[in-house]
Amino acid sequence: MLLFLISMGLTTVFGVMGVLNFAHGSLFMLGAYFCMQFVRWVGSFWVGLLVGPPIVAVLSILIERYLLRPLYGRDVSFQLLLTFGIMLFLDDGVRLIWGAAYHLVNPPDILSGVIPFFSQTYPVYRLFLVLLGPLLGIALWAFFTFTRWGKILRAAAMDRQMAEIIGVRVPVLFTAVFAFGAWLAALGGALAAPHQSVGPAMGERIIIESFIVVVIGGMGSFPGAFVGALILGLMNSFGTTLVPDLQMALPYILLAVVLLTRPRGIFGGEA
Amino acid sequence: MNTLLRRQLIMGGVILAALLAAPFVLPMYWVIVLTEILTMSLFALSFNLLFGYAGLLSFGQAGFFGAGGYFAVLTLIHGPQSLWAALAAGLLGAALLALVIGWFCVRLDEIYFAILTLGFGMMLFTVAHNWRTVTGGSDGLGGFTVPEMSLLGFQVNLFNPKNFYLLVLFLVVLGVLLLLRVVQSPFGLLLKATRENSNRVSFVGANVRSVRLFAFVLAGALAGIGGALFALFNRIASPEMLHWSFSGKAVLMTILGGSGVFLGPAAGAAIFFVLEHVITAYTTNWMLFLGAILVVLVLAFPKGVLGSLLGLYARRWKGPKP
Amino acid sequence: MTEQILLEVQKVSRSFGKFQALRNVSLRIQPGRLCALIGPNGAGKTTFYNVVSGRYRPTSGRVFFEGRNIARAPAHRLVGMGLLRSFQITNIFPALTVLENVLVPLVVHHGSSFACFGSIGRRPDLAEEAEQILSRVGLAGQSHRVVSTLAYGDKRLIEIAIVLARRPRLVLLDEPTAGMNPEETDRMIRLIRDLSERSDTTFFITEHDMKVVFSVAEKIFVLNQGEMLAEGTPEEIRANPEVKRAYLGGSLDAAGI
Repeated sequence: MLLFLISMGLTTVFGVMGVLNFAHGSLFMLGAYFCMQFVRWVGSFWVGLLVGPPIVAVLSILIERYLLRPLYGRDVSFQLLLTFGIMLFLDDGVRLIWGAAYHLVNPPDILSGVIPFFSQTYPVYRLFLVLLGPLLGIALWAFFTFTRWGKILRAAAMDRQMAEIIGVRVPVLFTAVFAFGAWLAALGGALAAPHQSVGPAMGERIIIESFIVVVIGGMGSFPGAFVGALILGLMNSFGTTLVPDLQMALPYILLAVVLLTRPRGIFGGEA
Repeated sequence: MNTLLRRQLIMGGVILAALLAAPFVLPMYWVIVLTEILTMSLFALSFNLLFGYAGLLSFGQAGFFGAGGYFAVLTLIHGPQSLWAALAAGLLGAALLALVIGWFCVRLDEIYFAILTLGFGMMLFTVAHNWRTVTGGSDGLGGFTVPEMSLLGFQVNLFNPKNFYLLVLFLVVLGVLLLLRVVQSPFGLLLKATRENSNRVSFVGANVRSVRLFAFVLAGALAGIGGALFALFNRIASPEMLHWSFSGKAVLMTILGGSGVFLGPAAGAAIFFVLEHVITAYTTNWMLFLGAILVVLVLAFPKGVLGSLLGLYARRWKGPKP
Repeated sequence: MTEQILLEVQKVSRSFGKFQALRNVSLRIQPGRLCALIGPNGAGKTTFYNVVSGRYRPTSGRVFFEGRNIARAPAHRLVGMGLLRSFQITNIFPALTVLENVLVPLVVHHGSSFACFGSIGRRPDLAEEAEQILSRVGLAGQSHRVVSTLAYGDKRLIEIAIVLARRPRLVLLDEPTAGMNPEETDRMIRLIRDLSERSDTTFFITEHDMKVVFSVAEKIFVLNQGEMLAEGTPEEIRANPEVKRAYLGGSLDAAGI
């Protein structure tokens, strides 16, 4: 379900701005690292969860404003290349600041430990994540459906020119969307910290998977990100048991099938 | 031939002369570095046939590069101990893969093309990584010896880095000349037209998909030779050669040198290695600098180093525009 | 009737979802007769061209070109058969030179699409042919200019030149004088008339500028709201009350005749 959060951010950014952010995974990773850092300083996971992601969001505002904005008129390839460069920078940056080792973050006390589940034990934190996922999904859906900002974002995702005409200030909107996407990614990262070990390869691992989720679900589609993450998650779980050798390739095969039969994705609008 | 190209070729000729002399003047270490630069130049140049000339950003070229390496090594392990057979296997194997994969990929445009090529590249990576029995799995495929090269009746020992370097130089120059011909040919013009306006190209009667597929196969074949040489050079074919991050190297080198000029990617490969060499002397965080450099390039010097230099030179030489 | 039919459109309809852009449109074009398609805004002229030129498939109906059913053929194949179109919004190759813009269709025309080993510089025959075409449209001497630097009117001429390079049997010219000033428009009228009289190519133009239509067309088709309203000689069309009604309910004078 973390994949859903990250993909949600990625697809929002793509839907509204048309930018496929290679560095998105790195933002996820930064969220995890900041959370870990706050846990070290303050001792509280909740602080890390609350404070980490907004810091990443601020960072992303700077990125969007000064690095990405100059490229809007240009070829899409250059935007992709820019975010690729940012990804390289950030991925190595964390190595510089925190070292290359993997770190463990303990979940907060209320959520630590295991509970018995049928014949196996299940980590409480995992359960927390499983429950949180749909909750966040619903919260986001509510945000997009009922609040003013949410509606503006959806409208802009569907038709940027029209949004401009009715008075939405596009540059501000873009910055806001980018920051929002970054916040989601970082939130995912902070939540992921107790679950996986925090390390420099986190970003690289997750970016490809979220690309695939976004493509399968439909670029710019919010329900698409949910369904896509679900499909990919299921595929990964079943794949490990059914076809262990091919398991690594399954997401890519699915990607190819979707791109070749229905490039817009499941819920995608115009290609 | 336009002046920009002519200037590059003159420059290239001078550099070629220097490269020919290199193994006799430079210390062994540099000969080895140059060998690697040349191999990667071929890879980057093949990438740019698609990116710079056809307007297609492919993140999966490493798949063909690596496949070429594996096919070459597999030939040496299971087949004749012939260098030319190994290289041919690398070339043809990669070309065939490019034909099949390309047939699917050219159906898509722009960003979808980039993602699909990435996907296929990673599928190939998975095969290389997991098929232990054939490809040696994540350890890679080694355990072969580079055979002697039979040339005009002579047996050339390729363990000597100088000889290997000259072989690589020869093949890379051949590849460059081939690319040069392609780029200047009627097909090359058509390819450029598809980059400019693919829609109109179909309305002048050409099948855009076929044109793109042809370029894709050419690029794949050249990448395959590069990969074969790379594997022989390193005495191993490893799955990393097919990973999308390896494709990223070709992309980086091309942008570094400039995608709009013919020899840009080759210049980029050289600059890449120099940068790596210099920066890693001070820090292990060289990707950090590379990322920053890429960002600066995209923002300020989209033409790349060679492209900008040639542009500056042209302006100074010609004087201000009327 | 022993006269040849170059293009025959039989009851073609085309819908986009619920919106029906064309409804049972039929027409016939004979070789050598310069025809025009007119109609008020939104009548479906461009959709009609898109269907005939292979961009869209008709939802129903048939299209025959020189007797062959072409409704399902992709655009590039139609070009090979001799059916070309030009575009209302200039659709050329901006970063290439004037000469290269014409060389592209020539390369395809002469079957050299995949000729990848010979330098195009070694094909003086192609360059010469390209120069000839450029002269015909009035762009001689501009060969090495990059097209993006040209004036708008000249770019429209390149549109025509690209089409001519394929020695078409039938050309659909989509608003050739779009955006042109009176002088450029006159130049275009002369060019079209000249090309129509002197070559084997049949021209089928669609235009908003009535002056252009009435000065070059031998036969006019009128489209209104997706249906064929009328067809006939310029005099017949001018006198047709329904046509007058279709154009804003006023007179064709208001539309510029």
